[in-house]
Amino acid sequence: MLAYTAKRLLTLIPTLLAASILVFLFVHLIPGDPAAILLGDTATPEEVAQLSAEMGFDRPLHVQYFIWLGNVLQGDLGTSIFFRQPVLSVIGSGAETSILLASMTMIWIILIGLPIGILSATRQGTWIDQITSSGAMLAASIPTFWLGLYLIMIFSVTLGWFPSSGFPSLSDHGGITNLRYLLLPSLTLAAPNAALIVRLVRASMLDVSREDHVRTARAKGLHPTRVAIKHIFRNALIAVAAAFGFTFAALISEAVVTETVFSLPGIGRLVVQSILRRDYPVIQGVILVIVVLYMVVNLAVDLAYARLDPRVSLK
Amino acid sequence: MALLEVQDLEIAVRTKGKLLPVVQGVSFDVDDNETLGIVGESGCGKSLTALAIMGLLGGTTVRITGGNIRFDGMDLLTLSDGERRSIMGNRMAMIFQEPMTSLNPVYRIGDQIIENIRQHQKMTNAQARDRAVELLSLVRIPNPSERVDSFPHQMSGGQRQRVMIAMALSCDPKLLIADEPTTALDVTVQKEVLDLMADLQTRMGTAIVLISHDLGVISETCDKVAVMYRGRVVEAAATENLFAELAHPYTRGLLNSIPVVDSDVDWLEAIPGRVPTLEEELTGCAFHPRCALVTKLCATSVPQETEYKPGHSVRCHFSGKVAP
Ligand SMILES: Nc1ncnc2c1ncn2[C@@H]1O[C@H](COP(=O)(O)OP(=O)(O)O)[C@@H](O)[C@H]1O
Ligand code: SF4
Ligand SMILES: [Mg+2]
Repeated sequence: MLAYTAKRLLTLIPTLLAASILVFLFVHLIPGDPAAILLGDTATPEEVAQLSAEMGFDRPLHVQYFIWLGNVLQGDLGTSIFFRQPVLSVIGSGAETSILLASMTMIWIILIGLPIGILSATRQGTWIDQITSSGAMLAASIPTFWLGLYLIMIFSVTLGWFPSSGFPSLSDHGGITNLRYLLLPSLTLAAPNAALIVRLVRASMLDVSREDHVRTARAKGLHPTRVAIKHIFRNALIAVAAAFGFTFAALISEAVVTETVFSLPGIGRLVVQSILRRDYPVIQGVILVIVVLYMVVNLAVDLAYARLDPRVSLK
Repeated sequence: MALLEVQDLEIAVRTKGKLLPVVQGVSFDVDDNETLGIVGESGCGKSLTALAIMGLLGGTTVRITGGNIRFDGMDLLTLSDGERRSIMGNRMAMIFQEPMTSLNPVYRIGDQIIENIRQHQKMTNAQARDRAVELLSLVRIPNPSERVDSFPHQMSGGQRQRVMIAMALSCDPKLLIADEPTTALDVTVQKEVLDLMADLQTRMGTAIVLISHDLGVISETCDKVAVMYRGRVVEAAATENLFAELAHPYTRGLLNSIPVVDSDVDWLEAIPGRVPTLEEELTGCAFHPRCALVTKLCATSVPQETEYKPGHSVRCHFSGKVAP
């Protein structure tokens, strides 16, 4: 498995190169001049041109690309035009929020999504199944900004149980208890994703329950709960594993709405703001990091497949 | 009293709000150490009968609507779910038609056998594992102490069916139900598996219900035979009596469709037409649309079961008559 992982990591290199070109081109195709935006409305064309030259934006695109690539290979993602800080540290401060938020959300998804999915599948056709299935449908279709605002209204404004916005780093005053800032946002993010997992678990379990080996398990005289968990859920997990991996990646890159509602300093909001500011180095850096994240998740999912399904061999 | 007594078993399928009978008035007995063959074309209700005995119908669409199943002195249909489960895989076990898919692909075969053993017997994992290796060698899997750790996909169909047999026999069942255990296997492997079952039966004294659509297989392995057609037993007798005189036109048709060695066609279509589906309403004898001896009477009146010879019952208005 180690050899396989090493081999897969090697094959990531050409993919990453191709991705870096796309990212670079895409970012530079966004209309608008970063120097002009940085200097504001009152700047003269001469001042803009001068700043542009200082930042190297007057050179041909391919030259800019190779300079950037050379720096990236040395671990230098450049300097943020807006923050005047290394891109890596800008991303780093957003990453703490995003990773913690995504992890907490995943915990909710697992704690809520799996049991309800199993319950719904094992009680197929009963009122329990009807309630959980329509609940999942509802949760999947509630807009996150709406749910987020309602949670804030109830639990922050009315009850005052949880803070409504911001997230101080775990290294700030408060330490681990600062996680309470992420409670409402993670529940907000978890709702639609847990709903998808409920539906996926239910559908996969119903598929598996029709397979012949489940009849064999019942013919052994096993208790229905044991059949449901050890034989149906365990096999359904193969299909669910991929969803878990990609949900995690999506939680980091697509949490913009939730981060905005709760004013969280996460990666999603960083991307949007950096695009508005034409902060090219940050946009490029974040997208590159997200591409790497998806590749790692892809690899992790493949490794998980091999662990969950002995028929899959890693080659 | 026989080990297994099935009396007037009725099974119905619920489709589009209607209850359609699939198995009607089926009765038979099986004694210890005896093999009963149930034969008939596909769709005649053989599997549903077997699943009903085993307790695996358990759905809302297919269910038992009448009759009795007695096993080892117990009335199976009145037992609680828990009592029923304590028999399944223990005193009564079943192997299925689909060896390729009947084992769970994610667990080692040894663990699947161990699961069956430990469900019913107080044993440590190590003891159960030793027993699993022993069972694998009993069903003639080579290198059993290594193969016990194989996954199903690492074995051939014939080997997987042997594993199923090992699992079924793991708690020394009194009754083994084998639903077309060799249909999905190559001809040579078929014979090996049937020989294995016969051999194990003589050693362990297990009663067997062997289901097949192949009268040839039945004639070689069974003590007695029940021929099923569209949910009913149409002819039943001890094997030698049955083959001495096939009294029902359907049974004769089945015999004629035994593949003939050295012939160009390997399957003779001796009975024209097919088994009518559940939805098709039929009056009279269910076989009449396909029967060479059909008369007006056959289309209007259901033939009752009659004793053609002592111990040889037939459901036909013209039992024993041969086509002109
Ligand atoms: N779960 C089910 N739902 C509806 N119809 C079924 C079901 N299982 C079997 N049947 C129908 O019952 C009839 C008998 O089936 P089966 O016992 O499997 O026949 P056999 O084993 O003799 O081939 C067939 O017509 C089949 O289509
Ligand atoms: S009752 Fe009539 S139709 Fe039915 S098998 Fe006998 S002869 Fe044929
Ligand atoms: Mg069948």
